[in-house]
Amino acid sequence: MDIDFEANLSPDVLGEFAHLVSERALTGETMLLNMGPQHPSTHGVLRLLLELDGEEVVNCIPDIGFLHTGIEKNMEAKTYLKAETMTDRLDYLNNLGNNLTYVMAIEKLADLDVPPRAQAIRVLLTELQRISSHLVWVGTHALDAAAMSVFLYCFRDRERILDIFEMVSGQRMMTTYFRPGGLWRDTPVEFEAAVRDFVRYFPPRVEEYANLLTKNPIFMRRTKEIGHLDPQTALQYGVTGPMLRAAGIEHDLRKAQPYSGYELYDFDVPTHTDSDTYARYLMRMEEMRQSNRIVEQALNKLPLGPVRSNNRKYVTPPRSEIGISMEALIHHFKLWTEGFLPPKGSVYAATESPRGELGVFLESDGGPTPYRVHWRTPSFTNMQILPILAKGHLVADLVLLIGTVDITLGDVDR
Amino acid sequence: MDLGLWIEWIVKAIILIVVLLIGFMYLTYMERKFLARFQNRYGPNRAGPVGLLQPMADGIKLIFKEEVIPKQADKLIFILAPVITVIPAWVILAVIPLGSIQLFGRTIDFSLAGDLNVGILYIMAVTSISVYGIVLAGWSSNNKYALLGGIRSSAQMISYELALGLAFVGPAMMASSLSLARIVEAQSKTVWFAVLQPIGFVVFLVAALAEINRSPFDMPEAEQELTAGYHVEYSGMKFAMFMLTEYTKMIVVSVIAATLFLGGYHFPFLTDRWPWLGPLVLFAKVIILLFGIIWVRATLPRVRYDQLMALGWKVMLPAALLNVFITAGVMYVLGMIA
Repeated sequence: MDIDFEANLSPDVLGEFAHLVSERALTGETMLLNMGPQHPSTHGVLRLLLELDGEEVVNCIPDIGFLHTGIEKNMEAKTYLKAETMTDRLDYLNNLGNNLTYVMAIEKLADLDVPPRAQAIRVLLTELQRISSHLVWVGTHALDAAAMSVFLYCFRDRERILDIFEMVSGQRMMTTYFRPGGLWRDTPVEFEAAVRDFVRYFPPRVEEYANLLTKNPIFMRRTKEIGHLDPQTALQYGVTGPMLRAAGIEHDLRKAQPYSGYELYDFDVPTHTDSDTYARYLMRMEEMRQSNRIVEQALNKLPLGPVRSNNRKYVTPPRSEIGISMEALIHHFKLWTEGFLPPKGSVYAATESPRGELGVFLESDGGPTPYRVHWRTPSFTNMQILPILAKGHLVADLVLLIGTVDITLGDVDR
Repeated sequence: MDLGLWIEWIVKAIILIVVLLIGFMYLTYMERKFLARFQNRYGPNRAGPVGLLQPMADGIKLIFKEEVIPKQADKLIFILAPVITVIPAWVILAVIPLGSIQLFGRTIDFSLAGDLNVGILYIMAVTSISVYGIVLAGWSSNNKYALLGGIRSSAQMISYELALGLAFVGPAMMASSLSLARIVEAQSKTVWFAVLQPIGFVVFLVAALAEINRSPFDMPEAEQELTAGYHVEYSGMKFAMFMLTEYTKMIVVSVIAATLFLGGYHFPFLTDRWPWLGPLVLFAKVIILLFGIIWVRATLPRVRYDQLMALGWKVMLPAALLNVFITAGVMYVLGMIA
């Protein structure tokens, strides 16, 4: 009995990909292997059609869409405020970052003011979110290399961050905490102590993971000189985030076009020139340390004051006012039924998500629901680079390469 | 042959199989429990006190699972493969010396085939067979992942068998015998061969990990790459048999390591005074080695396939040869060989 190469050639197997594989696959000289969408290491429901020569990847064809949820279209059917809950579900490791991008777009569209306390809390929580996203990344990356303990250590520490999110928003992941014009509500009293606790707790933990991986000869040999990406290709493909910075290009939206008051904080944007999997690993480890610095600074100079704008056309009044003010009651009613009506126009807002530039394009026709929403998601853009990275490497490397691109399938498919 | 000898053999064989089966079950428990503690978890703690009945629960579950045989699989080989893998793992233990006592007016040797004079050769021969099971399992499943796993394992096990075999040579030379009992005796007269043969010991440990497909050399079943490797299509008891093999081999390899390099059933002063402690001493040594194997699994990432082969041929094999060379040289200088 032998592997049925004829089956490889049948239209059901190759389908629309037939023109993408090499000639050798059609003669049965190379093997076609379906990796995913149910595969433990594709970080979700990503399907890769692999053309293998032995264990060497000749061609890698990503096939996406298995997690398509129609978020963009769905958002167009909801009022601006209700649509925000959809953003949580985009990149499920960067919920607050998605919230931030979305509310920033609305604030830009409507020219809303945001109180400084709200800005500082936004920065603080988004950086915590970055740490938590990178923790998942380090954990799964190590797990892809089969160092499984790191994964559990990372999840142990991520739990503390999720606890903080739950404390402020009532939800561990689907937060919807940032609202147009500020925050949903002020942080609870125990918030500052919890964050301070985490800021102190975290740095030794990063070193713990680094001890297990950074100088580990097996890990170094698995990651060094794997998946080299030259800066030119990276720019051509629109790669952003740690992938781009590992290629030596210092581009970070937090520095390039500071938003939400990032210019007030002192932090470094790590870059590297090796541009391989190991460099990208070092980059993300360093980013966690830097994020921790930002969190600490934000916590130390957290201003007091309101957390919501006073613009009553966009931000609901506090409940205490409803009983005594007719206008407040009307605003409350209008905002929760019809929603707010931003002026006509289109706007693009972008933040630096843990994966790269996360942008949202909003077009308003003056009505209560967005006319068009488009997300520019870093996972989608960065994943285009995967076939280029994978070519010529082994299947075992491919698993690490999927990790190094750091995709979230919710972010890819939307 | 007298009847007493037959009874002795049968009793010992049954005891050995029961010990191995229970050992397998509780090794899975031990691994899960220790791994859990390494990773800030509790591990199994629901079935029975501190989860002690978990292996039973797993066993019962696997027995009642449906046995799926893929439509395009080669049925005979598919069914035979787990059997081919599991039997060698069991029969190796027959030649491990466990010490002896005087009972019922005769010398009772604890081990099954007591003093087989080619014990080491027997171990080498038998371990080599189990690779067939894995290759055939990978091939007969008619699954590309399983096939890749099977190919990997055949290459890996053949490469590492050489280094493993050469690591056996050191102790055999020191004891001037291929019999495991003689090797243990030689160690009881001097010191453990792990001290006298440090290179050989390290080569043996690394090669043994590769031979039994344990982390960081668990290439054939690389979960992250090949989902489960050669046993991806197996379910129910056939799957359990592969697990049985893997864990039995862990025990067996630890027993061999303890016997060849750590003095086997002998412990200075202790077993000289109370010879019946022999099996317990060996058991303690095996537990320590098993703990090491689990610790490695909790800590290290997996070596890549080509790097594994490079390590086997370019580092392990020369190191093992060097060890044999040095041993011979030192023994010649000391006048231990003519």
